[in-house]
Amino acid sequence: MKSAVVLLPGLNRDRDMIAALTKISGQAPATVWQTDTEIPDVDLIAIPGGFSFGDYLRCGAIAARMPVMRAVAEKAAKGVMVIGVCNGFQILVEAGLLPGALMRNSSLKFVCRQVKLEISNANTMFTRRYQPGQIIRSPVAHHDGNYFADAETLARIEGEGQVVFRYAEGTNPNGSINDIAGIISERGNVLGLMPHPENLIEAAHGGSDGRALFEGALGIAA
Amino acid sequence: MIKARITVTLKNGVLDPQGKAIEHALSGLGFDGVGQVRQGKVFDVELAGTDKAKAEADLKTMCDKLLANTVIENFAVEIA
Repeated sequence: MKSAVVLLPGLNRDRDMIAALTKISGQAPATVWQTDTEIPDVDLIAIPGGFSFGDYLRCGAIAARMPVMRAVAEKAAKGVMVIGVCNGFQILVEAGLLPGALMRNSSLKFVCRQVKLEISNANTMFTRRYQPGQIIRSPVAHHDGNYFADAETLARIEGEGQVVFRYAEGTNPNGSINDIAGIISERGNVLGLMPHPENLIEAAHGGSDGRALFEGALGIAA
Repeated sequence: MIKARITVTLKNGVLDPQGKAIEHALSGLGFDGVGQVRQGKVFDVELAGTDKAKAEADLKTMCDKLLANTVIENFAVEIA
């Protein structure tokens, strides 16, 4: 299974994402730059975390309008898997590839800590290696992770099982509605989440709770 | 040249933690009777040409496409 990582000025977790994909899949992902209009033939496209374009205007707003994101949208429409982590999640909602919006944390503080995540839907390409309701650990590091959607959208995504990850056991770090930490597209191939599973994939990280997400998506045996 | 001002505000019902913090800070400064504070953004935009109708239409499209996130924000366009 082949992967690609989207690079944008101001991202700072791109090397972590490249390292995780390389270690787990055994081959380095292709990289695509913001001005690229074509993405190579891959199974998974990852948009890493960071502060693209300095978070100017709104987090992810400028990145979402760059040429590479039109190419990502075309691939997503063809069913290619896309994962956006942290700023990548913000970019996906700004690009309209996922519903809702990510607002300033309710505490107004940048949060950098480990949280617990509940697998709310284990029936996706990304979560199929977890058990329904399983609690995993994951680091978070963000200032704008407060997920919001209007009542109608919220009812729809909850009803369709599009809420994939929830902050568990009182660990919600940002005030997100319904403790939402990650959501998936209706079709099930575009995932966005605020936590950083790529930063918990081996013993040196203190655990490998995030590894199964990439193994599931890339169809790699555990 | 046309000069315009775009005001972007949070929709009703969308929580505004920054507005809340400002509200508390104003009370802390001793301003009594401060009710709800909501924070927004202002963009002053200059446009070439003199066709105000076209300018207004263009500015609204700019808001829809970039300047406002219509999931959570409203916008108003004012041409000087």
